[in-house]
Amino acid sequence: MILIFVSFPLAAHAINVQEHILDNGLKVLILEDHKAPTATFQIWYRIGSRYENIGKTGLSHLLEHMMFKGTKKHGPKTFSQAIQRIGGMDNAFTTSEYTGYFEFLASDRLSLPIELEADRMKNLVLTNEAVLSERDVVIEERRMRYEDDPQNLLFEEVVAAAFKNHPYRWPVIGWMSDLQTLNPEDLRQHYATYYAPNNAVVLVVGDVKPAEVLAKIRDAFGRIPAGPEIKAVAVAEDPQYGEKRVFLRKEAELPMVISVYKVPPIHQEDGPALDVLSNILSGGKSTRIYNSLVYEKQLAFSAWAGYEGMRRDPHLFYTGATAARGKSIEDVEKAMLAEIEKISKEPPTDQEIHKAKNQVEAAFIMEQDSFYMQAKLIGSFEMIGGWRLIDTYLEAIRKVTAGDVQRVAAKYLVPERRTTGVLIPLEAKK
Amino acid sequence: MMHGIHKVRLIRKEVARDIVFTGFPLKTCGNDRQKQSLRTVILGLDPGIQTAFNFNTKRTKALCVLILLFSILVCASTASAAAIADREILPNGLTLLHTEKKALPMIRVVVAIKAGSIAETAARAGLANLTADLLNEGTVRRSSKEISEAIEFVGGSLQTSGGADFVTATLSVLKKDMDLGFDLLSDILLNPVFSEQEVNRRRALIKGSIQQQREEPGIVASKAFMKELFDDHPYGWPTEGTEETLDAITRQDIVDFHKEYYAPNNAIMAVVGDISKDELRAMLDRYFGKWEKKQIQTRRLPELRPAAGPRVIKIQKEITQANIILGHSGIARENPDYYAVSVMNYILGGGGFASRLVDNIRDNKGLSYDVHSSFAPQKYGGTFSVGLQTKNQTAQIAIDEILREMNRIRTEPVSDRELDDAKAYLTGSFPLRVDSNSKIAGFLISIEYYDLGLNYIDNYRQYIEKVTKEEVQRVARKYLNTKDYLLVIVGDLKKTDLK
Repeated sequence: MILIFVSFPLAAHAINVQEHILDNGLKVLILEDHKAPTATFQIWYRIGSRYENIGKTGLSHLLEHMMFKGTKKHGPKTFSQAIQRIGGMDNAFTTSEYTGYFEFLASDRLSLPIELEADRMKNLVLTNEAVLSERDVVIEERRMRYEDDPQNLLFEEVVAAAFKNHPYRWPVIGWMSDLQTLNPEDLRQHYATYYAPNNAVVLVVGDVKPAEVLAKIRDAFGRIPAGPEIKAVAVAEDPQYGEKRVFLRKEAELPMVISVYKVPPIHQEDGPALDVLSNILSGGKSTRIYNSLVYEKQLAFSAWAGYEGMRRDPHLFYTGATAARGKSIEDVEKAMLAEIEKISKEPPTDQEIHKAKNQVEAAFIMEQDSFYMQAKLIGSFEMIGGWRLIDTYLEAIRKVTAGDVQRVAAKYLVPERRTTGVLIPLEAKK
Repeated sequence: MMHGIHKVRLIRKEVARDIVFTGFPLKTCGNDRQKQSLRTVILGLDPGIQTAFNFNTKRTKALCVLILLFSILVCASTASAAAIADREILPNGLTLLHTEKKALPMIRVVVAIKAGSIAETAARAGLANLTADLLNEGTVRRSSKEISEAIEFVGGSLQTSGGADFVTATLSVLKKDMDLGFDLLSDILLNPVFSEQEVNRRRALIKGSIQQQREEPGIVASKAFMKELFDDHPYGWPTEGTEETLDAITRQDIVDFHKEYYAPNNAIMAVVGDISKDELRAMLDRYFGKWEKKQIQTRRLPELRPAAGPRVIKIQKEITQANIILGHSGIARENPDYYAVSVMNYILGGGGFASRLVDNIRDNKGLSYDVHSSFAPQKYGGTFSVGLQTKNQTAQIAIDEILREMNRIRTEPVSDRELDDAKAYLTGSFPLRVDSNSKIAGFLISIEYYDLGLNYIDNYRQYIEKVTKEEVQRVARKYLNTKDYLLVIVGDLKKTDLK
């Protein structure tokens, strides 16, 4: 078994990122890979819901939508059309930590996205009318994702209850009542504050010549002046004193339970062991939670655990399950807690440890099948502390022992760190 | 944690302008299959038919029902003029497509078996899916747990997936685990045992996911839409069946179904990755040498029923949005108008932010986050549908606008700019559809199943470039119907302003 693990061809497939920082502070990360004649160009801003304020939640995500509304030079509605016209796809995403924009296209056509992204970094036109109309779109998006989805709503409730003072408690999309009052001036300020070269990272992955693409990036972005230094938002969650519990009563089909535990992020000492722990509990059908709750006991239709470590600040380890027909959600919860207790008391087997590590290593190689996923990997580590953490992370995963896994389970998966939410389905009204 | 398999389990706290792995992809964890198919849909959509843009969890889930199975098949087309694969028919009748890609030490194999729900009867709806589902739940040599332990230990994956036209088994492994991978793949296809115990387990899980789907308005709407549209044709029933039909399926039904349809001469195998022709031959000799040709009976399918007059299905649910699907029957994949239809639909509502429906209903009126039109073509027919969600109060306005846009593209020629843009996107985005091993494997299955030929790469470009404004209007008149349509609304009906 050990031989299998050690013989991984990982070293040959490490990712060779080139890093450059322009005079205005823009960081550029390029990964050259010629396996297909395509490339992705991305720009990530270090702004997300973690940096928002009470009453103004959802601002970063609404601004992301507005970034497609046109600049002085390129009118409204032209951005995506221009990219699609050259056979490209474009889109964007917002998280608690960052807001990212990407284009994905044939690699000989990168000049256009570079020019358009540089343009909208500073020249966005935010009209009152467009803001109010797009706010309605985001409100519809929120209805679809949360108001009308009981499982997502339960998750939102649990996270909101788990954190008492850290901004992680509100959803990236924002609260409905905040969305209804966000105004154009809020957006203008948010844009002016956070959209600047010194608060952004450019990522290029694919069939490119780094020197050429860097020259283009320098041409397009180099003359944008650096913005004022952005104040770091240092926030820490205050201690929790006991288990918290929330209930959601809503028209739904399946009872569901979610428990979240406050844990350190991946780049802190216990992160890698927590990651291995999540794989041992829930790294496929052969692992503990599926095996016990779904396969053996047949208590749950679905059951899982996961570690949300890709954050700047401590976030959550979570477990969850839906009850199988005729089974009580209380029994499901008990069975889940029994699994947590078991791994807190006894270390996992060598076979389990090796499997979890093999999965991380294999996934690392397989993910390189996609340029987009490679850019996401580099970008998301960059946003929580630096892309070089990728190597640190893989090294640290290799060093995790069975004892470490048991230790972090016993240390973090405890009632004082736990918040549990239960979805109680209400019968449909006739 | 943030890689591959793990990622799928994560609660992604990410929202987007219109896409991406948001919200709660975990709900299917008891049922790996669905999880896998979500990814397949994301990777495989044909922008000409369904824009690759508007992915969001909800939508994607609804799409699973609508076009789950031909997700990989409609992807179609690539850029390179060099042959995309070697093709041969083996002595046992297996169609083999092989592309060697040495960039990464990994291999992807997709085996498609023409044993989808079109091969089952209405009374046993779900039989084809359940059979595929059970392949990796125990063989003569290995238990369900031994199979998952073996593949997961090396960080690989071995998944099966049901569908209307065909089912698939998909293997991903690192090159060093090639032997193990082919061994497992052959074992689950050739020697599944379908034990009573596993049948009952999987049946219960599938029934659980059917129950879960009732809480998702998009899926409720699309199931009602397909059922009404296709009536007693297999395309009308969900590939997973219903709770009643699943209960009617016996172990013997599954054994017989497998015996009848799982044969090399009824299958396509696509192999992509770091594996040479010699290595592949050795693998096939060693692990598939005993797979023998069989006589396959094809079932006669009922005729598709023509629509007459608008039909409206209203389903009450206490939710904040009306989930609307408006559409009718579409085209089969082999219809020569497929290309003109692709261009027309891109302009209407398949082209994301370049489309008229998004421009009108989302950008101008702020009525909906996700509005799209799609033609979903299968082997023996297809659907046309426009889907959106809007607050209950604005349901009627949204429906009126859908019909207005359908009518406009039928009665007025599209502009030169619209035509050129659509063609430029459809042809120019070719390379994106075949830039990874997994996309190439899906593409190979699709060109083979739909008989598009290995030169489809070049042909697609030519077919699209030939489309004229007149043709766009001709196919709009022919394949869009503003009178005999089917409208499904799932929402809080008393709050809507429906006429």
